[in-house]
Amino acid sequence: MTILFDGIAYGMVLFVLACGLSVTLGLMNFVNLAHGAFAMAGGYATAILMNRWGWPFVATLPLAFLVPALIGVLLERTLYRRLYDASHLDQVLFTIGLVFMAVAGTDYLMGSRPQLIRLPEWLSGRFEFLGMQIGRYRLFIVVVCGVLTVALQLVLNRTRFGSRLRAAVDDPRVARGLGIPVERVFMITFAAGSGLAGLGGALGAELLGLDPLFPLKFMIYFLIVVTVGGTTGLTGPFVASLILGIADVAGKYFVPDLGAFIIYTVMIVVLVFRPRGLFVRS
Amino acid sequence: MPSKAAVSRLSTLGRWRLAEILFWLAAAASVPLLTEHHLVLTEIAIIALFAVSLDLILGYAGIASLGHTAFFGAGAYAAGLFAIHVTNDPLLGLVAGAAAAAVLGFATSFLVLRGADLTRLMVTLGVALVLGEIANKAGKITGGADGLQGVFMAPILGRFEFDLFGHVGYVYSLVVFFVLFVVARRIVVSPFGLSLLAIRDNPLRARAIGIPVNTRLTAIYTISAAIAGVAGALLAQTAQFVSIDVLAFHRSADALLMLVIGGTGYLYGGIVGAVAFKVLQEILSVWTPQYWTFWIGAILVAIVLIGRQRIGNGVMGIWARLLGKGGAA
Repeated sequence: MTILFDGIAYGMVLFVLACGLSVTLGLMNFVNLAHGAFAMAGGYATAILMNRWGWPFVATLPLAFLVPALIGVLLERTLYRRLYDASHLDQVLFTIGLVFMAVAGTDYLMGSRPQLIRLPEWLSGRFEFLGMQIGRYRLFIVVVCGVLTVALQLVLNRTRFGSRLRAAVDDPRVARGLGIPVERVFMITFAAGSGLAGLGGALGAELLGLDPLFPLKFMIYFLIVVTVGGTTGLTGPFVASLILGIADVAGKYFVPDLGAFIIYTVMIVVLVFRPRGLFVRS
Repeated sequence: MPSKAAVSRLSTLGRWRLAEILFWLAAAASVPLLTEHHLVLTEIAIIALFAVSLDLILGYAGIASLGHTAFFGAGAYAAGLFAIHVTNDPLLGLVAGAAAAAVLGFATSFLVLRGADLTRLMVTLGVALVLGEIANKAGKITGGADGLQGVFMAPILGRFEFDLFGHVGYVYSLVVFFVLFVVARRIVVSPFGLSLLAIRDNPLRARAIGIPVNTRLTAIYTISAAIAGVAGALLAQTAQFVSIDVLAFHRSADALLMLVIGGTGYLYGGIVGAVAFKVLQEILSVWTPQYWTFWIGAILVAIVLIGRQRIGNGVMGIWARLLGKGGAA
């Protein structure tokens, strides 16, 4: 049961990390392999604020959202938007380039050692609940990410912005004709996605570790979430991240020899039989 | 019946041009002239062969792969293990590397053909990651993260022993590279190669005029995998060591970068790209030993923003001019 709970917490973090990508890749059809770099930016923002300036952990979280979101806006305005219509190969090459730059740049600025984040007293340790060992921090993650998930669903499905985004994605030309500021909608979405990734990076720093290689190490996880989850909105990626989180934690616990082998294989199998993901818009 | 015009067009395509002959003469001249650079040149020959194999599927068949290094690594490990456990004859080792990679390529081609663009990228990436994970975890066989050690090669053809300075290794790699390049070149100017171009440009129409699309793609994917396997085997034999790095993601990305620099779809792009990439890498890693990947990334970003096609044309122009002036490649 503890494993199940840890897996859920892990999956929740993955979802927050990857949901931005599921919008850019799944909905806007832009292959952004550099998504992990934004997550890393958020993680490092938290680490710097805590370790150098002594901010409390929770207070750094808004900045872990804002910093990558601002970087996201900047890059979207200057670089990304030029490539919305480019081929997938070009997008892949471009974002791989960004990943290489982010990895080496972070190494240069911050050193290659993993960053440690010291959690506050009230978030560390475990307690027993109905015979389950529950980590306080894991519970915190589940709650925060759960709230975020619900909020995201509401924004996407119930607000004016959400319907504009869906319209802009479905048919940019018609949306533009209806007076929807498509470019701005994309920009805001991109920024929010990057910010959420950053938040995920900060929340997950304790679970996933944080070092300059982060964008490369977790790139495949994000891609699995999105490709397996499909493009039906956020439910697919959410379920996919939970499955991935639980499978990964359980796999590492029960059959450590197989390592990440299981999840890669699962991804290939899913892609072969359901090339467009598990949850496809009918 | 193929028309006379088509046959004559193919034979024109297949004719060796002066520039090409000069290029290979220049490459041969590097054996006596650049003796102190043979180790680097060996590396260049190997990664160029790898890039050419990627060009066969990317430039000719239009299959974008993020995990081509799966075959490079499979060839390297197969050749290394073959030398340790079976026989350390180099040429048989190359065959073993090619065979292992070809089997893997054939098996995974069916996965790759199922999806469209994006799925292909993911599946190829996934295959390479799975292999990397296997090599990492099967430490007893592959040496895991420490790499495969104790690969000792017998003299080539029983006569030419590998030396410490890599002179024999270079000649060996260059000859193998040349032979496989000729094979690849023959393939792309054959009717089979033309049908690949048709598939690349419009799979639907290609199917409509009777080209068996999936069979052709499987065939070229397997061939490309085998050639990548030979490149890996060459690395294992000349370095007498197989590092787990042969299956790392950055190798696939590097090969893509080489093709992007040199241009896709004319085979020489891989060579130009490999030379440029290695020279860049040497310069950058002298300048900033730890952070040269930053600049490699910056170059990728810049190339995509400027436009691959435009740069490719530019490179081809310069290159043609260089060769016209006497083959200083």
